[in-house]
Amino acid sequence: MSTPAEEVVAIGEATLKDRILNRLTRLLQDQWKLLVLGIPYAWLLLFFLAPFFFVLKISLAETTIASPPYTPLVEWVDEGIMHVRVVIDNYAYLWEDDLYVNTYLNSLVISVTSTILCLLLGYPIAYAIVRSSHTVKHILLLLIILPFWTSFLLRVYAWMGLLADQGTINDLLIALGIIDEPIRMLYTTFAVYVGIVYTYVPFMILPLYANMEKLDWELLEAAADLGAKPMTTFFTITLPATSPGILAGSLLVFIPATGEYVIPDLLGGGNVLMIGRVLYNEFNANIDWPVASAVAIALLLLLVLPMMLYQHIQAKETENP
Amino acid sequence: MNQKRSIFLLSTLAFGIAFLYIPMVLLIFYSFNKSKIVPIWGGFSTKWYVELFKSPEVWDALTLSLKIATVNACFATILGTLAGLALVRFGRFRGRTLFSGMISAPLVMPEVITGLSLLLLFIWLQSAIGWPSERGFSTITIAHITFSMAYVAVIIQSRLAGMAQDLEEAAQDLGAKPLRVLTDITLPLLAPGMLAGWLLSFTLSLDDLIIASFVTGPGATTLPILIYSRIRLGLRPDINALATIIILVVAIGVLVAGYIMLRQQKQRALDMQMTAEETP
Amino acid sequence: MAEALDYTDRPWLDPEAEPFIKVQSVSKHFGDFTAVDSVDLDIYKGELFCLLGGSGCGKSTLLRMLAGFETPSSGTILIDGQNMNDVPPYERPVNMMFQSYALFPHMTVWNNVAYGLRRDKVPKSEIQQRVDEMISMVELDQFAKRKPHQLSGGQKQRVALARALVKQPKVLLLDEPLGALDKRLREQTQYELMNIQEQLGVTFIVVTHDQEEAMTLSTRIAVMDTGRFQQIGTPTEIYEFPNSRVVANFIGNANMFEGRIIENGPDHVIVESNDPKCEFFVDHGMSIQEGTKVWVALRPEKVRISKESPANSSANTIRGMVHDIGYLGGTSTYRVQVDGDHMIEITSPNMMRPRDASPPIDWDEEVYLSWDASSSVVLTK
Repeated sequence: MSTPAEEVVAIGEATLKDRILNRLTRLLQDQWKLLVLGIPYAWLLLFFLAPFFFVLKISLAETTIASPPYTPLVEWVDEGIMHVRVVIDNYAYLWEDDLYVNTYLNSLVISVTSTILCLLLGYPIAYAIVRSSHTVKHILLLLIILPFWTSFLLRVYAWMGLLADQGTINDLLIALGIIDEPIRMLYTTFAVYVGIVYTYVPFMILPLYANMEKLDWELLEAAADLGAKPMTTFFTITLPATSPGILAGSLLVFIPATGEYVIPDLLGGGNVLMIGRVLYNEFNANIDWPVASAVAIALLLLLVLPMMLYQHIQAKETENP
Repeated sequence: MNQKRSIFLLSTLAFGIAFLYIPMVLLIFYSFNKSKIVPIWGGFSTKWYVELFKSPEVWDALTLSLKIATVNACFATILGTLAGLALVRFGRFRGRTLFSGMISAPLVMPEVITGLSLLLLFIWLQSAIGWPSERGFSTITIAHITFSMAYVAVIIQSRLAGMAQDLEEAAQDLGAKPLRVLTDITLPLLAPGMLAGWLLSFTLSLDDLIIASFVTGPGATTLPILIYSRIRLGLRPDINALATIIILVVAIGVLVAGYIMLRQQKQRALDMQMTAEETP
Repeated sequence: MAEALDYTDRPWLDPEAEPFIKVQSVSKHFGDFTAVDSVDLDIYKGELFCLLGGSGCGKSTLLRMLAGFETPSSGTILIDGQNMNDVPPYERPVNMMFQSYALFPHMTVWNNVAYGLRRDKVPKSEIQQRVDEMISMVELDQFAKRKPHQLSGGQKQRVALARALVKQPKVLLLDEPLGALDKRLREQTQYELMNIQEQLGVTFIVVTHDQEEAMTLSTRIAVMDTGRFQQIGTPTEIYEFPNSRVVANFIGNANMFEGRIIENGPDHVIVESNDPKCEFFVDHGMSIQEGTKVWVALRPEKVRISKESPANSSANTIRGMVHDIGYLGGTSTYRVQVDGDHMIEITSPNMMRPRDASPPIDWDEEVYLSWDASSSVVLTK
């Protein structure tokens, strides 16, 4: 077959034009991707990441009675001479004052204990849900999730009515003749534990459930078949197999519980000190922004490892579901 | 032995459900109490409901909260969907680690920190560029979008990861350009996830007290801020009435959604069974 | 006029035929992993070509490069003379049938099939006509309004096929087209696929791991392993004349003997194997030096088993003891232990009912195995 020269040129032009068009559509395609990624990226940089620098900056400033109530870090003393004043007093203050150190430790004790309590309560519940029949399973899951959709504040408020000196529990106990005098429950550490477990136990149950749902239950039968007693099976098979769920659930309880404000404020009264509450009060009541910021940084340092761990799990989960 | 185990499991389950629901039931019960002192029963009455609705403060707070929740849910759904798409479908890109970190961190960040840091940003922005001139609706909405979009992104991510990429490839193979694939295939299949994300964002916003109380200004009181200011001082029957309404609205919503989902699943199972019987 | 050779069914033998698809030294790397290693391939118009190999051999990656979902790390792919390297999937003249079928769950069968034509901005009336035609061709008329989840596996497979074919692609790529069907449906569908292919004359490229499927379907097969083609040929060529041990073992079963060329005649070679001790007389000449190490492949069905020693020479015969018998109905499989612990597998048809036959061969009986000079294949790698 012989092709005239013009035709060759024409084909050459056509492919060139096609190529340019292709390049253009590719470019558009890339730009479109940039838009999809760029908008949420910019939003998070501005409204999530940038604010932390302000917290860090103000935590290194001094308190003054002014508006805003802190000294600037960077001052232009003379023309072109920049004066940087960094004050680590706020951190030193936190370290030296027993109040803050105790608050820190107390928060840790409360959140760790609450996490364990949630696990002890949540594990058998998740297990029972997984092993129930299809329809029952759906209803139970709905029951676990439903409180999550209702107001957190009002659910904490409900416990105020239960735990008060003249509350439902004390009334009931007195009416039954078990006690004569009301037991003080509201505004104690006990009430804070009840509140945290009550609020966060669904966060423990749901990841555990998701984990157990994927579990190969024949493993347990295999273990039993090989002669393991129920207890042995539980500790050697079930527990290790559900450990990712335990870890995820524990982090989901531990992290927010450590920074909790509403529960210690409403149920713990003035007696229970937790970091979140101290931060809130330093900022809103004492108007000490630098110290509040230092508290925030200290809280963040405490939680940064668990948060990274949680993110790691989350990333792994979404990559291989 | 097996029975002993199941008795243990069932009693824990029963205790857990009771633990979750008895406080709410009592909350509702006392909302119909005539007496002003909440735990002391003074006879049946609906007067606290009447009182609640007579209060203009409650109406104002409710309106503000609903407005914020609606705007927040729409923006958070869009931003979260974009973020989820980028994370699952764009492969590796520069700054991916930072991006995925910023997406998942708000989920677990203590609210006091998020609230404080955003407030400091808003104050700085005000002095630097004059915006926001006052804190309230806009600042609370921005703050809510920031953490709500993270929840939406997680939902979208898990939906996308579970959705086979074949479908998108098949559409391309049949001649659909990437943007067309997004509108024809990806987004319709993501619709249930986006709806779930919208509802979750709406609820999260309605529920938030701490972040809102940091970034709000003098004039703007959301419903949680109002409730909190009232219950700090002790139990109040009108709050019980308000709680009852909220709980009932949510319960009905969740039950209806749950029922629809269950029915859809049953229909699907039925369809499958039918085709299995039809084919030789 | 000289005798004209008819190449219509074997275009690859025609020296003047221009291949429709040319794969030229194409490689694909994923990080350190080489999925496809510098392969060359010519496929002609109207072929039903199979890429056959185990999982991870690179066959799917090659198919995805043809479809445009992966870009070659090096090399070029030409379809109908056009370089495809810069052409995105949505502009290629090929369509693919996915292993999972990838039917859009939110669209009806009809809309699934119409999707590709709509993207090409085909006029409405023509879409209507072509989709209806295609749907009746795959016999799904009464299912057109259903959603994919209301279909059985076989029906889904046909929708996927119709959806890919309605665009009248120059090439149809099929990724494990029968993989998700059960065995009986698979056999029936195989023939349907072949009929449709013949009817439309579209070039099919099929990826499969199932050798029987490849043998039944294809005009030619490329056996792939670790990113390279081991052999390309017709099913008969590949089965009867494998070019390596990998191919001989992958396609069907083969008894393999390691040995040395002890005699190289113009029309025959003799191979001596030490373990088991045996001599192979092969009736084709080879350009190979005496003393070279080779392997002899012997298909189980080409070996005769008998209780009496065969009359002729000592070559192509070996004595052994029956170790196992597997009765499969139509055939029986014997595993015969020869010269120590070496096992030879023999398949032999059960032509007579047991009571009519001479006393059957039993376990632990001494037997003689023999084969023809044309039955064994000498392999050098």
